[in-house]
Amino acid sequence: MSEALLETIGLSVRFGGVEAVRGVDFTLAERELRCLIGPNGAGKSTLFKLLTGQLKPTAGRILFRGHDITGHHTHAIARRGVGIKTQVPSLFDGLTVREHLWISARRRNPAARTRAIADEILERIGLTTLADGAVGQLSHGLRQWVELGTVLAGNPELILLDEPAAGMTHDEVARTAQLVREINRTHALVVVDHDMQFVKMIARTVTVMHQGAVLVEDTMDQIMKNTIVRDVYLGTHARS
Amino acid sequence: MSFRRGSASVVLTALVMGATAVGTPLVVDQFGLLQLTVFAAMCILALSLGFVWGYGGILCFGQSAFFGLGAYTYAVTAINAGESTLAALLAIVVPAVFAALLGYFMFYGRLSDVYLGVITLSVTLIFFNLMNSTAGDAYRVGKARLNGFNGMPSLPTLNTPGDPGRLLDPTETYYLVMALLIIVYVGLHLLLASPFGRVVVAIRENESRCELLGYDVRLHKLLVFTIGGGIAGLAGCLFANWGAFVSPNVFSLTMTSQIIIWVIVGGLGTLVGPIVGCLIMQYLATELGSQQLANTNLIFGIIFLAFVLLVPRGIVPSLRRLGARHLGPAGAPARAHE
Repeated sequence: MSEALLETIGLSVRFGGVEAVRGVDFTLAERELRCLIGPNGAGKSTLFKLLTGQLKPTAGRILFRGHDITGHHTHAIARRGVGIKTQVPSLFDGLTVREHLWISARRRNPAARTRAIADEILERIGLTTLADGAVGQLSHGLRQWVELGTVLAGNPELILLDEPAAGMTHDEVARTAQLVREINRTHALVVVDHDMQFVKMIARTVTVMHQGAVLVEDTMDQIMKNTIVRDVYLGTHARS
Repeated sequence: MSFRRGSASVVLTALVMGATAVGTPLVVDQFGLLQLTVFAAMCILALSLGFVWGYGGILCFGQSAFFGLGAYTYAVTAINAGESTLAALLAIVVPAVFAALLGYFMFYGRLSDVYLGVITLSVTLIFFNLMNSTAGDAYRVGKARLNGFNGMPSLPTLNTPGDPGRLLDPTETYYLVMALLIIVYVGLHLLLASPFGRVVVAIRENESRCELLGYDVRLHKLLVFTIGGGIAGLAGCLFANWGAFVSPNVFSLTMTSQIIIWVIVGGLGTLVGPIVGCLIMQYLATELGSQQLANTNLIFGIIFLAFVLLVPRGIVPSLRRLGARHLGPAGAPARAHE
């Protein structure tokens, strides 16, 4: 087996009496597309914050390409090649769409190449006509795409997407799923989402989290049939 | 790109400033010229806070600390060296290094906005009290007596570099200060248009997004703070020169609050704003100072409150919005970098 792109070993974080993430062992291969699902409070977003250094784990280790990045600064982890689209789009409201892509791409590219990347990404996310408008005025769905594009412009090796299809219309969800599959040709992704229609469109392997721990990891088909998964989502009394 | 439109207005503003600088001596007498010299020095100080606060998003209530440090560094060095070139350079370097040290502890210690305000304000008041208590013969640096609250009089003024005997006359000093103001103004614009400057603006908009994109926010803020400290030091040097005098008042609460009022009145997040605010408020201070009707500080307080409540964006951004509304969408979306 080839070396994993990302590996967590016994990763845990505790806030006072609550252990939000409990001993998570998570492995992601190069160019893998993994969906991460679980009910509210399962620890999915917290796991993302640990992976990007926004939170420091209380126990466990994170390896990226074999390098131990546990406890590293957020910007240092980003420089190693981890990009994230956060749950609530985190954008520069006063700047234009193009400026977002520029800021993201410029860190590793000369000026001319940066402009080319910005144009190319604008095309990909379908926002060329809105490129020079401030993002503060865009709808939630469009903001999601701006953030996705901003992450892509930095060309990270691993892309974490926290609810990329939230607040989108049906067509927009389908378009996002198509984008995710395109990105997956060259990049590894971990996608968190509640929208099972969306997850079905993209998923191969699914990891289910519950109360901070990994409950089960399997193919989408098996997960849909899994009664334990159904129980944690709907509660045991929902079983007919 | 969006920046093009901005750069045209910067060039225009710089040209207007240059033309004013050259034209004014033809119509204004010696006294008026002296007055304009100190106004321009203060405009440089206003620019330093306009940059640090308006673009770096760093709430600095103690910009006067670097201003005063520049003034005192100039005074002490010029008296000891007997010429002004080294003194003027140190008046920029010392405050910049001090800002870097202070900034290192604040930004790398991850202090948030309110604490930055409290710490910077405390620092300038500490300097104020420290310099006030340096009266007497014991407090001297080389040949320079610090003189406590009486201040240091008869400072050597600027001379031609390399020729201590050749002092600048008031008109030459006026041209020098005006030229420096324009250089600082244009220089800050160039800096803001550079990749570094654009990241600084992005950090102001959303710090955590910048970190997630791989930018070291602490380092960027530290550099902004350091540059702002150096510019404030330059203003301090020019101010000490103007009156050939420096006293602990450069560190006072009145001084530091004035700088904040200039920036608020003129407009946060622009560079022309602080200049406009500084000119208006200084003109008012001069006029109010020459009458006995009302207390100047009281009127400043009222103006400050009025602006915070009624024109929170400040003069320049408000005029721009008004202009945009009447001229149509040509100048419409407010540019983050001016």
